[in-house]
Amino acid sequence: MQVFTTHTGRAAPLGRSDVDTDQIIPAEFCKRLTKTGYADTLFANWREDPEFVLNDPARAGASVLVAGHNFGTGSSREHAVWALRDWGFRAVIATSFGDIFLRNAFKNGLLAVALSPDVVERLAGCAERDPAFEIEIDLDRRDVRADGGTWTFEVDRRARWLLLNGLDDIGVTLGSAQAIGEYEGRRHSWLPALRRGELATGRPAEHGVAR
Amino acid sequence: MVGPVTLVEKIWDQHVVHRAPGEPDLLYIDLHLIHEASSPQAFDGLRLAERAVRRPDLTLAVEDHNVPTDSLFIRDTMGRAQVQQLRDNCSRYGIEHLPHGDARQGIVHVVAPELGLVQPGMTVVCGDSHTSTHGAFGALAFGVGTSDVEHVLATQTLALVRPRTMAVNFVGLPPVDVTPKDLILALIASLGANGAHGYVLEYRGPVVDAMSVEGRMTMCNMSIEAGARAGLVAPDERTFEYLRGRRVAPQDAAWDEALAFWRTLRTDEGAVFDHEVTLDVSDLTPFVTWGTNPGQAVPLGDSVPDPATLSEPTQRAAAERALEYMGLAPATPMRQLEIDTVFLGSCTNGRIEDLRAAAEVIKGRQVLPRVRMLVVPGSMDVRREAEEEGLHIIFQQAGAEWRLSGCSMCMGMNSDRLQGSERVASTSNRNYEGRQGTRARTHLVSPAVAAATAVTGRLAAPSDL
Repeated sequence: MQVFTTHTGRAAPLGRSDVDTDQIIPAEFCKRLTKTGYADTLFANWREDPEFVLNDPARAGASVLVAGHNFGTGSSREHAVWALRDWGFRAVIATSFGDIFLRNAFKNGLLAVALSPDVVERLAGCAERDPAFEIEIDLDRRDVRADGGTWTFEVDRRARWLLLNGLDDIGVTLGSAQAIGEYEGRRHSWLPALRRGELATGRPAEHGVAR
Repeated sequence: MVGPVTLVEKIWDQHVVHRAPGEPDLLYIDLHLIHEASSPQAFDGLRLAERAVRRPDLTLAVEDHNVPTDSLFIRDTMGRAQVQQLRDNCSRYGIEHLPHGDARQGIVHVVAPELGLVQPGMTVVCGDSHTSTHGAFGALAFGVGTSDVEHVLATQTLALVRPRTMAVNFVGLPPVDVTPKDLILALIASLGANGAHGYVLEYRGPVVDAMSVEGRMTMCNMSIEAGARAGLVAPDERTFEYLRGRRVAPQDAAWDEALAFWRTLRTDEGAVFDHEVTLDVSDLTPFVTWGTNPGQAVPLGDSVPDPATLSEPTQRAAAERALEYMGLAPATPMRQLEIDTVFLGSCTNGRIEDLRAAAEVIKGRQVLPRVRMLVVPGSMDVRREAEEEGLHIIFQQAGAEWRLSGCSMCMGMNSDRLQGSERVASTSNRNYEGRQGTRARTHLVSPAVAAATAVTGRLAAPSDL
């Protein structure tokens, strides 16, 4: 996991709420097999509008996205986070986030920071007026500093610890392998378990043979 | 356990592998469903770290997102590569896999329940937000991203903070033409697209007790559209009857043992939820969406709302934007909206009961010639069952297309996509901008409303015919 301690960057105001992951990255771009290479797909449909904020040359290099409420709602696609990261965003500030998006974000070193509506509105206003407006985010102190103000934010304790130390999430969990094994010994014996080949009825359709 | 607890807390506590103060719980996952679109990077991660899949036997892979429903050949090279990658990964790690073309293939959230894989009290995850479907069995089921898919593949666990609990109490019994889809659309409209954020919903009340397991799946499926982490229904005799004799359901002595345990899976008398909401459904009518999120819905008999009447500025701006995208003028009666395409299918409404409901409406009638109707069974098993009942003949004679199973037109990732700004009445779960085609305009409806709409060419209820 990529280390995240502090970040200071220019803010881009999205000016929208309930931004679903289908807007962040349309499904047609979720066919790739990689975790990178998604910068061109970020907000692909909205970017067709020349007035869209990320099309403004003055916003090039912005690394903190300021949205409204319920950012990243909808589909579980982690591609939404990969696209934001590839574009150059290190943090998103909003009043609330979709649950799955929030988990996906921290797993990729993208900090999703929830602040109160009046603060988010104030930061968005500053960013709208001034493309050079900067926001500082400190994960260790759990606060955001900008426009002369300081606001603290909540963050999942494990996520914060993993990010501050750049730890491998799965590696940490595998440290509990013994407890996992013990739990498995206590599971109900009737719970379903599958053998490969148990359910499939026959041969898959051969690709290349149209029917 | 001390004192009365809710069903969610019971299931949660029964799955805690490791608990420490101030830390998320390490939760065991009983069933991991995977599909081709959200898993390639997870397997890549495993390979790079030289890790194994801990429990391939608790994992099932299905091909559903990319597959066409009019042929067994994926024309799109990237979609084909993604499916091939899933096949290679399953083969390499010994994971059971239902490929496109197999007699048991279908949408992951339709296939797993019909095999009997989802049972009360289990924890179920999938790299797919509509995993909440499986809550219909009294299972705790939720969607995760690709990093969590990798985490579950490697450890069969997730580190999670227990979500808050919300009771959704439906009171009263709705009129007969009101379906589970209408109930959930009405609930989301009342809660808002983010109103259940951070909660697991437990649906309760006489209408839920009387509802089929398929109907419960429709409701639980759309829990996520209210922002909830998951939704569930306590298991009852309907649940047990659904499971009895399913392919991987317990049998004989194991069945009796399981059944005794399943009967304990209820919210205790006196247990306190973090939040409760009540919705009186006595006067409910069919519901349809007018906007670009599932919370923007009204009764079919209503008109397109006027954003000017909304006092909250962000809601007003969102409504104005939604109407612009949808090409709608305020105060237009919903019944006047002309529809180009009708889509019957998806993990929300692609089950046999949904096809029966639509067939009953459309039997002996014709799809309006300028309207295209796609009927996409949620699985090949559903398709076979429907054909045994002759439903395919009813649809075909009405002029609808009878397809193979897959996610199809729900999410624009395969060849079933809308062109331009076509307007669709869709039994799926999301009416987001561009969801079913780059500029497509979606109205979410029940299967019965979808069928009536196909006949009239405008949003309609069966009672309008």
